[in-house]
Amino acid sequence: MSGTYSAGTPSRSDCVASYRKGSGPLELRVESTISPLFDKAIRARALRVAQSFGATGILAIVDNGALDHVVAARTEAALVLAGLQTPLPPAWPQIQVPPGGSRNRLRRSRLYLPANQAELAVNSGLFGADCLILDLEDSVDEGRKLEARILARVLLSECRGFFGSSELAVRINCLDGPHASADLASIVPFAPHAIVLPKCESAELVHECDLEVTRLERDAGLPAGSILFMPIVETARGVMAALSIAAASPRCVTLGFGAEDFRRDLGVERQSDEGETAVARGLVALAARAAGVEAQDSVYPDLEDLAGLEASVRRAKALGFSGKGLIHPSQIEIVHRVFAPSPEDIQKARHVLAAMHAARIEGRGAVAIDGIMIDAPAFARASRILSLAGLAPEQHDGLQPVEA
Amino acid sequence: MGFTANSLGRDIPGSIDGRKLRPYAPAFPSCDVVQAEAAGAVPAPGPPRGQGATLRGSAGRGAPVKLATSWDELLDRVRLRDGMTISFHHHLRDGDAVINEAITRIAARGYKDLVLAPTALFPVHDRLVPLIESGVIARVEGSMNGAVGAACTRGAMRGVSILRSHGGRCRAVETGELHIDLAIIAAPTADSFGNANGLYGKSACGPLGYALPDSLHADEVVIITDNLVPYPCAPQSISGGRVDHVLAVDSIGDPSKIASGSTRLTRSPTQLLVAELAAAFAEAVGIIHEGFSFQAGAGGISLATVTRLAARMRSKGIHASFAHGGGTGILAGLLEEGLLGSIIDLQSFDLEAVRSCRENPRHLESDPFSSYGPHGLGSAASMLDLAILGATEIDLDFNVNVNTHSDGRLLHGIGGHQDAAAGASCCIVTVPGFRKRIPIIGEKVITVSCPGELVDAVVTERGIAINPRRGDLLALAKKAGLPVTGIGDLMREIQAITGIPEQPRFGDRVVALVEWRDGSVLDVVREVESPTGSDTTEGP
Repeated sequence: MSGTYSAGTPSRSDCVASYRKGSGPLELRVESTISPLFDKAIRARALRVAQSFGATGILAIVDNGALDHVVAARTEAALVLAGLQTPLPPAWPQIQVPPGGSRNRLRRSRLYLPANQAELAVNSGLFGADCLILDLEDSVDEGRKLEARILARVLLSECRGFFGSSELAVRINCLDGPHASADLASIVPFAPHAIVLPKCESAELVHECDLEVTRLERDAGLPAGSILFMPIVETARGVMAALSIAAASPRCVTLGFGAEDFRRDLGVERQSDEGETAVARGLVALAARAAGVEAQDSVYPDLEDLAGLEASVRRAKALGFSGKGLIHPSQIEIVHRVFAPSPEDIQKARHVLAAMHAARIEGRGAVAIDGIMIDAPAFARASRILSLAGLAPEQHDGLQPVEA
Repeated sequence: MGFTANSLGRDIPGSIDGRKLRPYAPAFPSCDVVQAEAAGAVPAPGPPRGQGATLRGSAGRGAPVKLATSWDELLDRVRLRDGMTISFHHHLRDGDAVINEAITRIAARGYKDLVLAPTALFPVHDRLVPLIESGVIARVEGSMNGAVGAACTRGAMRGVSILRSHGGRCRAVETGELHIDLAIIAAPTADSFGNANGLYGKSACGPLGYALPDSLHADEVVIITDNLVPYPCAPQSISGGRVDHVLAVDSIGDPSKIASGSTRLTRSPTQLLVAELAAAFAEAVGIIHEGFSFQAGAGGISLATVTRLAARMRSKGIHASFAHGGGTGILAGLLEEGLLGSIIDLQSFDLEAVRSCRENPRHLESDPFSSYGPHGLGSAASMLDLAILGATEIDLDFNVNVNTHSDGRLLHGIGGHQDAAAGASCCIVTVPGFRKRIPIIGEKVITVSCPGELVDAVVTERGIAINPRRGDLLALAKKAGLPVTGIGDLMREIQAITGIPEQPRFGDRVVALVEWRDGSVLDVVREVESPTGSDTTEGP
């Protein structure tokens, strides 16, 4: 049908919204594989969105069990694709940003959720990942960037409960591409804890992105600097510029390495021991340390090979990485286990903290254990080890709920 | 017709088709009542054969001639009549070619008003629907699935169907409540005398036990095989002494759909999480001890739960005495690993299980009486420590619906659900909180397939709800730090995500009865009014 604009997919828990402009009152058609259970609810939500756009013509929803927010996102996407003007919200919605974002929180596991796969988000907070990343970049087809962005925005604005106590980040499209600024404009006002910046090659672009995000934060009434950055380097140029990228903005809390694109850039094949990326990984870990941020390793792409995953995490840990990107929740357990400190480490860390505590009570400044002075880095390292072992309460020094 | 409420508050008609109905009373007292009733009601012992019984088989000396050379010759020999009850088993699952072939040929001879008594039906049997609409099939006793169930729900059957669990069906066949005139038994291997098994041949399916009660109690028994072997066929899951006729055909079904190569483990993170919680619950309440036993189906969550139980058994150095129910490659692997003492198998789900059943003497072929019989002196189900079952819906009283979808359509049989729940010391139902947008927990289930008094815990990805009757389990689960929640809270948490669905509109007509395994009536299934697949409305 010419002049018809569609958004969404026939997948489970998704729906396809199709819109054709026309004069006269809006005609709304609803079909569902689980009819009649939610036909009324679907109609009510789609109508509400359509009315906010002042849409006329024909709107059809073909549903396969989509939740309410998906119906809203797909309807909106179809209308926007047809050229209808996005209504400006009367005021930025007051988002209750759940705790979970914090500069120093644990980031052992960063689980990617392809943002346009409607069924993934709702249970994503149940698996205990430290960080969840709604991905607008590689997992979204070029032709579906708009609908994915709208679905991600709706998730951020009305479904924060889905993400549990995990940190919630959005991976936008790369900064020198055509989608990044639209991604930022749409996502930032809805206060993700962090934004993942893929394929970084220049500190300049990260710095410009910081300025843009600061402006968007201000317009949305968010505290300046509250949204964190997680840049990833995935090319030879990116790896060589890693230190300047990680230091380009005070928002940066991690520096990530992306192995898949790096191999492509370098023209090398994946080895079973990942030896082809060992130098690059080492450089990224060094740069992260030098910039005072955490080094985050690439994903392990073979879901079936849990032993391979474990070996890869061990190598990453040995190089100084403190977290790993994940493509499936079944990878979480292994990653957390490998990054957990050994019982000896935990014992030692407890010892250090107890000595510091005792010194404070006694009013002593300097502390020594077995004749070795305990300095600030040693204290920080001990706190971190207990935190990794899940033994110390986490600090939440990040986002506060937005005031109206 | 007059209705009375049973102990679950479900309205049960006083009688249907001239048969007086006994409303369900709580599960176990009701068993006593029916045993007393049965003691008086059942005719004297001996083979409960119909009129033809004395004429069966050869009257003379030597080998009886049972082998028919064609379907036509076979159907010339058997006693066909309008209104007769014909039974089938479901060991060939979605690969079965025999039910459709037999009923189509009998229909072609002009017979009608047949009662179909399968142990279960599969999507391949959807093509029986025209024969329902034309009146060849008047109703179904046993199990209905897919399009046949949907046809029943829209009122396409002349009579009222009866749904029974595997154990309940076995009991009804034994007592004569379900009187089978003709049992047609597809057999992957058989000899000309009628001895048969499911372990060998191109259509091998594993056990053949679902057909055993039918072979013992039907008036006339036919074996259809595509692997005729010289006498004596061994082993003999079906004894030829109970068989009237044997027909060899080219194919009894599509082997690729009878059993898949291996049953794959789910990758769904939600299903894996439910499985992990279920296994953690079993551990917390002390079920995983040396020599324990369990039953789990072949669904995604059930299979994953088995692997999680096995991981705990390995790390604790514990062995299970047996697993009961459907055989799978995963169970066969545990048997070979030594973690399981035996598999008591009523239905093989994959070729690995078929192989194990054929080769491993500890992989035992079962039958509905031995596995689930409600009126024997116990069954394999009553030896279980743990049953892990599924559900379509669960309500605040822990009643379980496995028969009807949330839109009211009858789409599944009961299977062994009632029998395993009633037998096992602990019954847990593992479900996702919602499927697509449909919440699994609601105020009232549409159809009660299993009474809540027998459901001890509901495990979802969002927490574990424990039946208030099981304070012992509740205390242990809490002590272990498991995410225990009230079933009402769980319902509300899930509905906050999905919304509350519209209720389907039901007509007055009762289209099917759901029997408890003792023959009392748990619930009725009503006709669904205009079950539309789409909905078109004008906007403002």
